[in-house]
Amino acid sequence: MVRYLGRRLLQAVPVFFGATLLIYFMVFALPGDPVLALGGDRGISDALAAQLREQYNLDKPFIVQYLLYLQGILTGDFGTTFAGRPVGELIASAFPVTFQLALMALAFEAILGIGAGLVAGLRKGKLFDATVLVVSLLVIAVPTFVIGFVLQFVVGVRWGWLPVTVGSNVSFTSLLMPAMVLGAVSFAYVLRLTRTSVAENLSADFVRTATAKGLSRRRVVNVHVLRNSLIPVITFLGADLGALMGGAIVTEGIFNIHGVGGTLFAAIRQGHAPTVVSFTTILVIVYILANLLVDLLYAALDPRIRYDD
Amino acid sequence: MKIRRIAGSVAVLAAGALVLAGCGGGSGSGTSGGGQTGVVTVNGSEPENPLIPTNTNETGGGKIIDLINSGLFYYDADGIPQPEIAASVTSDDKIVWTVALDDGWVFSDGSPITAHSFVDAWNFGALSSNNQLNGYWFQDIEGFDALQAETQDGQVIAPPEKTEMSGLVVLDDLTFTITLTSALADYPLRLGYAAYYPLPEAAFDDVDAYGRAPLSSGPYTIAENGWRHNQEIRLIPNDMYSGGRTPMNKGVTVKFYTGLDAAYNDLLSGNLDVLDSIPPSSFATFENELGMRAVNQPAAIFQSFTIPQWLDHFTGAEGALRRAAISHAIDRETITSTIFSGTRTPAVDFTSPVIDGWSDSIEGSDVLTYDPAKAVELWAQADAVSRWTGTFTIAYNADGGHQEWVDAVTNSIRNVLGIEAVAQSYGDFATMRTDVNAARNGAPSGLTGAWRSGWQADYPGLYNFLGALYGTGGSSNDGNYSDPAFDALLLQGNQAATLDEANGFFQESQTILFKDLPAIPLWYSNVTGGFSTSVDGVVFGWNSVPLYWDITKK
Repeated sequence: MVRYLGRRLLQAVPVFFGATLLIYFMVFALPGDPVLALGGDRGISDALAAQLREQYNLDKPFIVQYLLYLQGILTGDFGTTFAGRPVGELIASAFPVTFQLALMALAFEAILGIGAGLVAGLRKGKLFDATVLVVSLLVIAVPTFVIGFVLQFVVGVRWGWLPVTVGSNVSFTSLLMPAMVLGAVSFAYVLRLTRTSVAENLSADFVRTATAKGLSRRRVVNVHVLRNSLIPVITFLGADLGALMGGAIVTEGIFNIHGVGGTLFAAIRQGHAPTVVSFTTILVIVYILANLLVDLLYAALDPRIRYDD
Repeated sequence: MKIRRIAGSVAVLAAGALVLAGCGGGSGSGTSGGGQTGVVTVNGSEPENPLIPTNTNETGGGKIIDLINSGLFYYDADGIPQPEIAASVTSDDKIVWTVALDDGWVFSDGSPITAHSFVDAWNFGALSSNNQLNGYWFQDIEGFDALQAETQDGQVIAPPEKTEMSGLVVLDDLTFTITLTSALADYPLRLGYAAYYPLPEAAFDDVDAYGRAPLSSGPYTIAENGWRHNQEIRLIPNDMYSGGRTPMNKGVTVKFYTGLDAAYNDLLSGNLDVLDSIPPSSFATFENELGMRAVNQPAAIFQSFTIPQWLDHFTGAEGALRRAAISHAIDRETITSTIFSGTRTPAVDFTSPVIDGWSDSIEGSDVLTYDPAKAVELWAQADAVSRWTGTFTIAYNADGGHQEWVDAVTNSIRNVLGIEAVAQSYGDFATMRTDVNAARNGAPSGLTGAWRSGWQADYPGLYNFLGALYGTGGSSNDGNYSDPAFDALLLQGNQAATLDEANGFFQESQTILFKDLPAIPLWYSNVTGGFSTSVDGVVFGWNSVPLYWDITKK
């Protein structure tokens, strides 16, 4: 088990270097000169442009830029933005709020999605099942920003039940609505995944055996049906954590959350490689860890899966 | 080792996450919204540069810079410069200016504001190795060139020769002189701009550190721990301020927004007091939703598209005919009312109505009227000189909300003149800028025709809209326009004895622009904004920024 963990974590090292190199190259290959854009419509003098390029290493060949960046990272220096703020500071301010938002969204979609999916799966073809299917189809079909704007306007502006925006007031209540919007689509997927899986497992051999053994309905559902049905759902949730963190830009924009998505978007537009690479690399690491956790959970859910020494 | 049952179901884990997430939240809550009494909340964005006056060229940092600094002058609501630290700024020949300061001004650490505070700050800003984005503001001062590094092919090959401009001389603690390279009648108009603010000696030890925690010389100062990056900045009145911008409220909190839509919803729900820009999605409805609390008036922003001087068929007599034809072919009234819901005002000159000296009846301005018959006639005359072939294109950057109007303008041209006219889209501003720069310098470029251009005034003067954009060799004259008669009129204006006289020459110079049309004027941007029911006295200044100090909270 420990060796398995160690091996998995070691695999993260080449992924880290590969990802940073690839992303750095992509930012490098972006068209347009980021220094010229700093001057706006007015432009920027040659002397200033040359000096800024030098300061941000933009005048050097790609591989030198990349190695300088790596050298910085290994000494704990993530670089500075064009605004003169350390990228490390940006990471410290953007990731906590996005992580909190993503966890809340994940909790929302997991609890409600699995709960409703289980009930729907057990009562396949009944009224609840049909209603839930229609609702989830709607949620999947309507774009996130529509759900976001409508909820914000109705619940926030009109009724005043929840804070309209988050801004500097980061709290459980202010993040509640954004988390629901962010998790809405995945919630629908989790629900449908659970429902299908449960319905399928209900007619599996091992469930019939369990029922024949005389186990209570409750125990059959909880221990045998649900646990086995959760494997595909867990896989989905694990991958979703990364997607929620990196893909929250629309939700963050609507609710004025100064998180990862918006910062990353601004950095891409500015062509600021150190910020883009640092942020995406952290997201990659989140993916790796979440996937590792999922693999470990498999063993907990399915006794046939073991990670032996 | 095997994993035993970790948890019965994921729901337990998820519930745990929910609790954790909830716990983390408590620490973050602070003051926001309209909570504090007497404090006005306004929208803004995180400053993109350290808060150094000579390094802030964007609005997010600019509005904060203006509130925590004082200059020689400040601009009142009409854009008229009012003395702030200056006692007088005078010149006989418009070349050598003598600046006398009021006594008794101090920075918020108690150190006095002297002639050195200005001269040192300006020299710092002008020295190219300090990387200050507003350095070009000092280019008219004698000795500026010696402070610029020499470059070749985008590389610095020699550092600046000097660190101080010869044109700035301190006479005593409260007096200094500015010597310009040539006469500029409107020079005092510029001195209210942020680049000319003074800096305390303490700033130069570590400028970046100072930019994160600047002292104040203005009506407000940053509250202790008041700058929460990416979230908000809290400004409180500066007790030591003695100028004309006396705060009428107990503070201004600038809340940073990721987008205007969120800010607008906050305004509607009473969580924000003043919004200085309405999101385009609400252009059609905001005046109904806000009623008397909506603001929609012309701003010092001029928009156009530039047809470069090197474009085939657009030079000489043929070019003049084609340019006029294209201008007549654009239905500005319809485009501003349908696409912009009346938040743009059709242009009648090359400057802006909020600028002192603006005129709506300059000779030749009728070329801006929509006249399809005339357009067709002029185009036919040009075809007689040399037959038109090809496609007329207008380039724009897709990240700035320009696509709709560029499409409308090219449609208008196509329908009236019956030629191929299309938009050329660039993904973002930097890409377009790179191509424009290359084309201007004669290097290979993807640019196929005209491009959208515009100007937001830095100071409320007509010359600001004309010199840099159309003067020969002007820093933003991207189309390489050059006309000796136009240059001569600008020079006459700059040498004029009074500003009124100067404005006469600047107006006359535009008659030449209307004949040559180096750029086709389109419209002036309006400032759109609104305020909540809990504030009074909201007035927008000439530069589209509300006069925050004048706002009272009920």
